[in-house]
Amino acid sequence: MAVRKHILPGFRFTLGYTLFYLSIIVLIPFSALFLKTFTGGWEHFFKAVTDPRVVSSYYVSFGIAFIAAVVNGFFGVLAAWVLARYNFPGRRILDAIVDLPFALPTAVAGIALTTIYAPNGWIGEWFTYQGWIGQHFHPDSPLGGLLAGQEWFKNNFLGPKGIKIAYTQIGVFIALTFIGLPFVVRTVQPVIQDLAVDVEEAAATLGANRWQTFWRVIFPAILPSVLTGVMLAYGRAVGEFGSVVFISGNLPFKTEITPLLIIMKLDQYDYAGGAALGFVMLLGSFVILLISNGLQAWDQKRRGLA
Amino acid sequence: MAGAITTFPTKVATPRRATAESPLVKAILLTVVLVFFTLFLVLPLVVIFREAFSRGLPFFLKTFEDRATLHSIQLTLITAAIAVPLNTLFGVLAAWAVTRFNFRGRSLLISLIDLPLWVSPVIGGLIYVLVFGRQGWLGPWLSEHNIKIIFALPGIVMATTFVTFPFVARGLIPLMQAQGHKEEEAAMTLGANGWQIFWKVTVPKIKWGLLYGIILCNARAMGEFGAVSVVSGHIRNQTNTIPLHIEILYNEYPNTGAFVLASLLSVLALVTLLIKTYAEWQAERQLKAAASDPS
Repeated sequence: MAVRKHILPGFRFTLGYTLFYLSIIVLIPFSALFLKTFTGGWEHFFKAVTDPRVVSSYYVSFGIAFIAAVVNGFFGVLAAWVLARYNFPGRRILDAIVDLPFALPTAVAGIALTTIYAPNGWIGEWFTYQGWIGQHFHPDSPLGGLLAGQEWFKNNFLGPKGIKIAYTQIGVFIALTFIGLPFVVRTVQPVIQDLAVDVEEAAATLGANRWQTFWRVIFPAILPSVLTGVMLAYGRAVGEFGSVVFISGNLPFKTEITPLLIIMKLDQYDYAGGAALGFVMLLGSFVILLISNGLQAWDQKRRGLA
Repeated sequence: MAGAITTFPTKVATPRRATAESPLVKAILLTVVLVFFTLFLVLPLVVIFREAFSRGLPFFLKTFEDRATLHSIQLTLITAAIAVPLNTLFGVLAAWAVTRFNFRGRSLLISLIDLPLWVSPVIGGLIYVLVFGRQGWLGPWLSEHNIKIIFALPGIVMATTFVTFPFVARGLIPLMQAQGHKEEEAAMTLGANGWQIFWKVTVPKIKWGLLYGIILCNARAMGEFGAVSVVSGHIRNQTNTIPLHIEILYNEYPNTGAFVLASLLSVLALVTLLIKTYAEWQAERQLKAAASDPS
């Protein structure tokens, strides 16, 4: 639908106010970020963003977030499929609760997940040496004996009570999966709903079984939206703070995230350093946004919407 | 196949449609999704309420007698009471500008409105510290005139406003785009002015989307942690909002109080989801009614 120009009233007023508000809240403060980044000079900038502790936080913020986004891609497609295609009691409730990570404050999610996955929590308990999973990792058992000799395993995942989930990178992964969950489901679900069933019928009449129809007909049709959803979940997880700081334990070089380091720099009044890290994060988010916008455009072109 | 002539089985099973999975596959997929949702969505909610009431109702109620807790609730309410109306006004005007008119830079404007959704909330706090903080742009001038913005209410309000400002606009833009503006144009030919068109034609059309946008904006404003944590300074009885106070209570022993406050925000989140589901249902009905309308 082409929007004709200036028929309805209010163009100047609404656009003017929008730009004014946007300038005060976003554009002016953001220009401070760009300017402050380089007030310390190139050398300070370079030193701040390549500090080993900072670099290892990139692995957590960008790396674990990516794994979480991919896992969300898998379960998100399953959930979108089940919600769009199946009719079962409680479907509406399930559909509504998908958005919970979007509405629940991140700090609340953080303390809840930590409580569940801490060594004395409902699921964390399973992984202690007394738990039904953790007992197989006891140093006296064959598998546990093998792993206990591995330095990386001992350093990262073993605590006095057994295997740790909270306060390790697995905990960070769980929090980031929670936070990104709605994005894949909500991007893929409408695409599945819009799929023309006659294409699937045609595939069936041509002798394809359900599995072949899925891989050759349905999957190519939903792929762009799946990738878009994964990138959106990734973008959200990269900058996540509230839910992660509780469950990660914030161990330097292990589970410390970049946003936390920004706060630490600000606490030491190293504004240029904080701005430099913010700049790097912004750059990362911007690349993710560009990719997801490109994927979105591809998806809309494929579905004939644009 | 055994013979050339197939006989019909005596019991006719309802044939499965060629475009549906076998019941077994369905059951497996449904189970996997249910387990995943239980682990990641239901369990956290259950844990919050269980912990909140783990010391009984008297303890739950006693949490609200604490002065710091009450102050954090008050501060959160004040912050939301400023940020939400500001963002609502912006959201409605921005949605009007973006969906009613075509102009150069329109899609750039839409991306800019989305900006707080894809930057880290910590960056949302950082930018205000860089402007108003002690060593920020205006820092020296502000301290000379004894104006406190960072580590005080104005900073908290600004950071909250930044993080939550897309929600009303984002709720309205797709809705208003889908609805089009035939009715508004009709009202104009009948002599209505802009104000009348807005209140009598547009608002009834968008009220459910608007309500959901406001409710979501409010839930996010009351629950914002990252951005506020940067600008607040965590001063008890002064600059602690509910989420920041949750963090403090969580690190105390016993930490039940943190879950009491968390349960409050969880109820808010659940109400938000309820209104969203209802608003979507209403919007669907409206669109269907509009589609079946012969005019």
